[in-house]
Amino acid sequence: MLYFSRIRIYLISLFSLVFIYLAVSNFISSDDNFLNKKINLGLDLQGGSYLLLEIDNSPVITQKLQNTVSILRKFFKDKDIDVNNLRLENTDTVFFNFLPKDLKKINVLLDGDDSEINPYYPQYKSHQFEINILENQIRLKFSKYGIIEIKNSSLDQALEIVRRRVDEAGTNEPNILKRGNDRILVELPGLDDPLRIKKLLGKTANLTFRFIIQNVEETFGSEKISFEDGSEEVIVSKRIILSGDNLLDAQPQMDNQTNETVVTFTLDRVGAKRFGKATTSGVGKRLAIVLDGKIVSAPVIRSAIVGGNGQISGNFTFQSATDFALLLRSGALPAPLNIIEERTVGPDLGQDSINAGIIALLIGFLLVILFMFYKYKIFGLIANVTLIINLFILIGILTLFEATLTLPGIAGIILTVGMAVDANVLIFERIKEESLNEKNHIIAFDSGYQRSKTAVLDANITTLIAAVILFFMGSGPIKGFSVTLGVGIFTTLFSVYFISRLLTSLYVINNKHKVKLI
Amino acid sequence: MKKIYFNKFYKLFNIISLFLVIVSISLLLFKGLNYGVDFKGGTLIELRTNNDQISISKLRKSFMNMKLGDVSVKQFGNKNDYLIKFEKKNNNDDMILSIKKDLTKSIGSDFNFRRVESVGPKISSELLKSGILAIFLSLTAMLFYIWIRFEWQFSLGAIIALFHDVIITLGFFSLFNLEINLSIVAAVLTIVGYSMNDTVVIYDRVRENLIKFSDIKIYDLSNTSINETLSRTIITSITTLLALVSIYIFGGEILKGFSLAMILGVIFGTYSSIFIANPVLVSLRVSQKSILKEDKD
Repeated sequence: MLYFSRIRIYLISLFSLVFIYLAVSNFISSDDNFLNKKINLGLDLQGGSYLLLEIDNSPVITQKLQNTVSILRKFFKDKDIDVNNLRLENTDTVFFNFLPKDLKKINVLLDGDDSEINPYYPQYKSHQFEINILENQIRLKFSKYGIIEIKNSSLDQALEIVRRRVDEAGTNEPNILKRGNDRILVELPGLDDPLRIKKLLGKTANLTFRFIIQNVEETFGSEKISFEDGSEEVIVSKRIILSGDNLLDAQPQMDNQTNETVVTFTLDRVGAKRFGKATTSGVGKRLAIVLDGKIVSAPVIRSAIVGGNGQISGNFTFQSATDFALLLRSGALPAPLNIIEERTVGPDLGQDSINAGIIALLIGFLLVILFMFYKYKIFGLIANVTLIINLFILIGILTLFEATLTLPGIAGIILTVGMAVDANVLIFERIKEESLNEKNHIIAFDSGYQRSKTAVLDANITTLIAAVILFFMGSGPIKGFSVTLGVGIFTTLFSVYFISRLLTSLYVINNKHKVKLI
Repeated sequence: MKKIYFNKFYKLFNIISLFLVIVSISLLLFKGLNYGVDFKGGTLIELRTNNDQISISKLRKSFMNMKLGDVSVKQFGNKNDYLIKFEKKNNNDDMILSIKKDLTKSIGSDFNFRRVESVGPKISSELLKSGILAIFLSLTAMLFYIWIRFEWQFSLGAIIALFHDVIITLGFFSLFNLEINLSIVAAVLTIVGYSMNDTVVIYDRVRENLIKFSDIKIYDLSNTSINETLSRTIITSITTLLALVSIYIFGGEILKGFSLAMILGVIFGTYSSIFIANPVLVSLRVSQKSILKEDKD
């Protein structure tokens, strides 16, 4: 039907106008923009840094198993069960020998639904550990879901710490998201050199205060640790006086006496007590401040420190003291993070890309418009008006959903311009064919629209299928391409079947007595 | 419009296409594709300098001395822009910082890094896998879509045409050693959509004519259908190519590979809708019966 009811015309115009307004509002400085929505520029256009971090959970798993070994030791002792050789095997298995008479007892303790050692996860229908019994040997390994639980909880902790560090570093509108169960995505708009953030995120920030000793100590064990600057290697006791968990606050400060930058810290009550005790008995000894397996500094204790406040000096610049304090405040990561993907675009390249994208869009648009006018004259004009409105609606929808526009996304818009006229071409060509046998223009146009419908729909759906697959499989900028391409198909269908058809019908009805229309 | 006898050239072009496909497959098998950092892992730096004294050979020498593995340096668009790629990936350490320091020593400080991309081996293999999966997924989706909308013969014809387009486009990239990155995968998927779109329009007409005329053989009928939709096929290809050429010329260096792949894909896609998708229908002896049978079910 070529006829459009008045109400339909109003609705179409209203719909178009709303989206044209939304599209235009992107370009005017917006105090009067009542929706206050804008298209986001992707990192490749505004400049910025994209970091994908992966948690290395293996130390967490080993640590958990070590804990399990000590819990089991105590547990069996309490329950009067004799086991031998209880130990960690291959960093991923707990091993022990048992006496055959205890099998039943052990089984109940380890495999029951309310086992303390081996909790049961009803949601997964699985225990934390898989139990493997071979003659008189038992091996415990994390089950698939036990691993998932560990990964999830370490991801949650790490996410929190990453967020604190990035926020405290004063980054502008960072975007921090989980990816899978062991990855974190960090997007830092406007940052052209992510070096500082990378340094902050690359540190686990495992802080301990331990005494330097002269000889190998027996009760707690000891290890050789070198200084951060590589100047010295010393023997440090494994006994931990304080850890990062005991810190309440840490701040960079200028020491007025030495004119050095130092980091001052405040301890919680437990920490203050322990620190006081250790420093009282350890006057004259050197206390090593160890961060991630490297000694930051190792001052000699001159007098007992009882107030719960202290300071660390270690050849800091103001910047490095600030970052060190930040790491201490934000706490330790549960496991080390590795940067497995990094993409950084400088703001000048981003601006160049925007300019190039806009020029390409305008020229592509102009070429298509000129070609359509040359080919179809008055109907070309209709197709062109439709195309312009289509473009505005497309940008308007992207604005409404505050979509992220990337460089490939701009390419998607340009491609939409080239492909959007296809629907009109299909229809116009069909009308031409219909006009050969039908002298009544209105009937010819009507059947032209009807008969081309399947081809138009099929042709657009195939492109839509490609766009949808790209949306789910693609990453980052490519996703932006699939969004503009996919949304472009809907706006094209709308503009062709409502706007272009409305304009066509108005023209045909007013010129129905002309001999040749198209 | 004068009728063109496309069907007379079916055989000739099928032989040419077969030849091109075989050449492309051998290129892909024996020469392989030039994967960028997205799929191979490693680091890419886009560097700009305002110092005309800095030459490509000077840059190459400086980077070679930094022990970064296999290094490639080339001009990137503008004569003061360079693209440097090397095997080593950026770790938590200060690789980029030390590169900047080393460069300052050897060529002075008049340069800046406009873009840095560093992809670890795990991610690059994941990206490659998901790229290949995406292409196969889209081909399968098309196969089923056409199967549902048309008959299996049409579906087969369309898929053969799609494989033809994708393989020849990739063969072209292999022959000229052009880089394959994430945006090329996007281009290939879009080619799949576009080529399909072109084929579907002709098929739609073939089906319509099959219903209309029971006495015309598919050999002539396909030719009639191609002719009837020819001006649309050409106009749409032209407008799409206009848009793509505009991206290629004005859209900046980053979109060059993408738009080139698309341009090739549109040309081959248009060609294959006529000279591959239709001969398949002919050799499968599609007739009115093939489509009416379905309606009785």
